[in-house]
Amino acid sequence: MSTLTPPAGRTGCAPAAKTPANSSLASNRTDTVSVAPARRREDGAAGALPVLGHPTGRSSRFIGRNGAQILLQMLLEHGVTDAFGYPGGAILPTFDQLYEKQLNFILVRHEQGAGHMADGYARATGKPGIVIVTSGPGATNTVTALATAYMDSIPIIVFSGQVRTYAIGNDAFQEADVTGITRPVTKRNYLVKNLKDLPRIINEAFVIATTGRPGPVLVDLPVDVTTAKMEDPVDDTPNLPGYRIYKGGHSRMVKAAADLINASERPVLYVGGGAILSGAWQEVRALAEKGNIPTTTTLLGLGTFDENSPLSLHMLGMHGSAYANYAVQDSDCLIAVGARFDDRVTGNLKLFAPKAKVVHLDIDPSSISKSVKVDVPVVGDAKLCLRDMLLHIESRPRQAWLERIRQWKARFPFTWKDDSPLPKPQAIIEAINRITGGRAVFTTGVGQHQMWAAQFIRWNRPRSMITSGGLGTMGYGLPAAIGAQVGRPGELVIDIDGDGSCLMTVMELATMHQYQLPVKVAVLNNRFQGMVRQWQKLFYGGRFSHTEMVNPDFAALAESFGVRGLRCENKADVPRVVEEMVKHPGPCLVDFICETDENVYPMVASGKALDDMVMGVVGETPPNSGRDMGTLA
Amino acid sequence: MRHVITALVMNEPGVLAHVAGMFSARGFNIDSLVVGRTDDPNFSRMTIVVIADDRTLDQVRKQLGKIVTVVRVRDYKESPFVARDLMLVKLSAPPKVRSEVIELAGLFRGRVVDVGQNTIMVELSGEEDKLDAFVELVRPYGIRELARTGVIAMARGAEAVRSAGSEDQRPAAGASPLARREPLARRQPSQAELEATPPG
Ligand SMILES: Cc1cc2nc3c(=O)[nH]c(=O)nc-3n(C[C@H](O)[C@H](O)[C@H](O)COP(=O)(O)OP(=O)(O)OC[C@H]3O[C@@H](n4cnc5c(N)ncnc54)[C@H](O)[C@@H]3O)c2cc1C
Ligand SMILES: Cc1ncc(C[n+]2csc(CCOP(=O)(O)OP(=O)(O)O)c2C)c(N)n1
Ligand SMILES: [Mg+2]
Repeated sequence: MSTLTPPAGRTGCAPAAKTPANSSLASNRTDTVSVAPARRREDGAAGALPVLGHPTGRSSRFIGRNGAQILLQMLLEHGVTDAFGYPGGAILPTFDQLYEKQLNFILVRHEQGAGHMADGYARATGKPGIVIVTSGPGATNTVTALATAYMDSIPIIVFSGQVRTYAIGNDAFQEADVTGITRPVTKRNYLVKNLKDLPRIINEAFVIATTGRPGPVLVDLPVDVTTAKMEDPVDDTPNLPGYRIYKGGHSRMVKAAADLINASERPVLYVGGGAILSGAWQEVRALAEKGNIPTTTTLLGLGTFDENSPLSLHMLGMHGSAYANYAVQDSDCLIAVGARFDDRVTGNLKLFAPKAKVVHLDIDPSSISKSVKVDVPVVGDAKLCLRDMLLHIESRPRQAWLERIRQWKARFPFTWKDDSPLPKPQAIIEAINRITGGRAVFTTGVGQHQMWAAQFIRWNRPRSMITSGGLGTMGYGLPAAIGAQVGRPGELVIDIDGDGSCLMTVMELATMHQYQLPVKVAVLNNRFQGMVRQWQKLFYGGRFSHTEMVNPDFAALAESFGVRGLRCENKADVPRVVEEMVKHPGPCLVDFICETDENVYPMVASGKALDDMVMGVVGETPPNSGRDMGTLA
Repeated sequence: MRHVITALVMNEPGVLAHVAGMFSARGFNIDSLVVGRTDDPNFSRMTIVVIADDRTLDQVRKQLGKIVTVVRVRDYKESPFVARDLMLVKLSAPPKVRSEVIELAGLFRGRVVDVGQNTIMVELSGEEDKLDAFVELVRPYGIRELARTGVIAMARGAEAVRSAGSEDQRPAAGASPLARREPLARRQPSQAELEATPPG
């Protein structure tokens, strides 16, 4: 048990943590992790814990190495190829180890950016994103990124420097209680007080970040721990007696769920980010197609289901499609897969899906019946549960239901009106969608542009929509795009950003330039915090209190960073400029000047039922309401 | 309803902060929280009294279970259990009433643990109600100081939350309020059980 493949440089290490964390968990039980690694080897199950690509146990392999060397060695053992961060005094021993470039290290311009890059990297690849920063301000700068990753269940691991163990608690220079500050926004965090604990803690960090419901982990590393030399053999086996990884669902529940689905006439499949984390898109498709079940996704689930399919209802929720929201409200069986009934999705909880029995597949028991009462809970990994469930699903035509949905879709498509001199933001996104065929990795900021991206790009691949859903972090898009590009170097990565959002992390253009990462940034520049403006217009009598912004010349700004900068202000130029942006071989930012006075529709105002939408231009022609349509079928 | 929950947690720094932080972040209402050692030095045991309806209790249990350093969680909604609270109370007891107070303490099976010139300290343990009743009885004498640990609890019968014997509990956060409280939610025991179990 104690031997281990020595670190073999980048290429040799690459395969270990390739697969999305949960995709190959194989058996119908839960595991407590302290025993799992040993069992994995013997029973030959296809990698029960793929996160630990090597055996663990008592080992002498760290003897004579200092903490920083051990950290690097173990990162390589875990298959880490890339990391993001920023140096400083308390993390210098670790940075010294990065000098040899065994890792592709990306120096950022702000630690928040490092966190979002790691997050974008994780969402784009399924591998955990790694961050290395210094103590005090370096660590506190990652808090927003940790909270963002925590809300959306994204595996990132932050290694932060800390002052010497004996100085902790003395208000030492650049000391902050980082484990205290980050506890509510991490799945687990550690302050490593003894070098002998470091190998075990690093293994635990990887297990916790990437298994079950994934999430961020922070490891605080006092500088005397990273400089101390290991003298004795240590056991690096994770010790997690309280940590359970749910795998396949309870067979009785799986069967009960299938029975409910088979008996339903108007089922709707409601798929969330958990389906991506689980790698369950094939199973989702199989379920939809076998049962003829219309399928809607959350913002974070976009891409799990091909939106070109006639069964697709596109996104649901506050700014989701009218037809998805009508379908959910009319459904007699709502099947939630890796989705958590967020308030942006349900609208008024009391009026949500009133006719539906609810099936909920989720790996986190605390997601179940948290806000919506569930009739059949299935706790487990979405892919494994769906696989089992599919065996019991009967194929059903459900013609009447599909016909009603077809009519809703025909009558209430996402739409917008070309009625302003400046291009509408939607026009730009449509052009991007047309020119790329939706075949790019997209990231977004937060605001109207984010919603329009969700609505007007036809999502057809998992891991192609990278956006901050739960926390709604402005400034996420640009660094997340950099992270995605690092993780998927050959691919087209486009950040669809807002002028407000973009400026929050714009300094990362320098990172893009330094590493010549060919990210494209499309700034939908409405010179406003458009989303807030929309609320002020609709609910605050048009008093635009502090939402108008005097912006820099974004193209010139980009050029000053060494990034190609373009500007587009005419409708007629939009397709050509999008084309130019996409074709540009290096990093490129386009300032798309667009109409300010435009709202996102449909919209479910707060407190309203999901089908009680402000429709705006949606469904304007023909002018009937959805309710009339509903009784047609 | 007031519910009793037991959590076995890893014995390491930050766990109490994590649990307490989770309760406040999610707006759960703690009535008392006690942490103490167990027979196994690796684990501590928390007994938490929460005020919650059934839905909230379910979330409290699940959210506790989600904390990586929490090893096991159990509530006592469905099973008979023993719950105990420990109190130290210092009373004004000048020599002329001293024997009265000692007698009262004796009636409650309390112990006099300290006697000063004008004060007396009584140690009393038992169900919360019993302690409450004692407090009301001695209030007229003048309560100088009062400390209670909050409830610890354990299921009756063989079933155990991993390690059984917990001696030497140390009070931690959250002294319980002195105001009258509703009784702890309990399953109603059957007649047979009532006959079989010795009085608490
Ligand atoms: C301005 C703005 C507007 C928004 N409007 C909308 C909107 O109109 N519509 C909308 O949908 N969202 C909207 N959102 C996003 C919204 O806030 C939530 O982030 C989103 O709805 C949550 O998506 P989800 O339910 O897929 O949950 P996630 O946060 O992705 O949760 C994933 C769930 O899957 C579970 N899970 C994880 N791994 C697995 C696994 N292996 N197997 C099974 N289950 C697993 C988790 O336990 C969790 O319950 C908006 C956000 C912003 C910022
Ligand atoms: C860090 C942060 N601060 C504030 C908000 C609140 N907020 C949500 S959307 C929005 C406006 C976004 O403006 P912009 O990026 O220009 O996008 P637009 O809506 O104009 O497309 C604001 C201020 C937020 N989500 N995140
Ligand atoms: Mg804007």
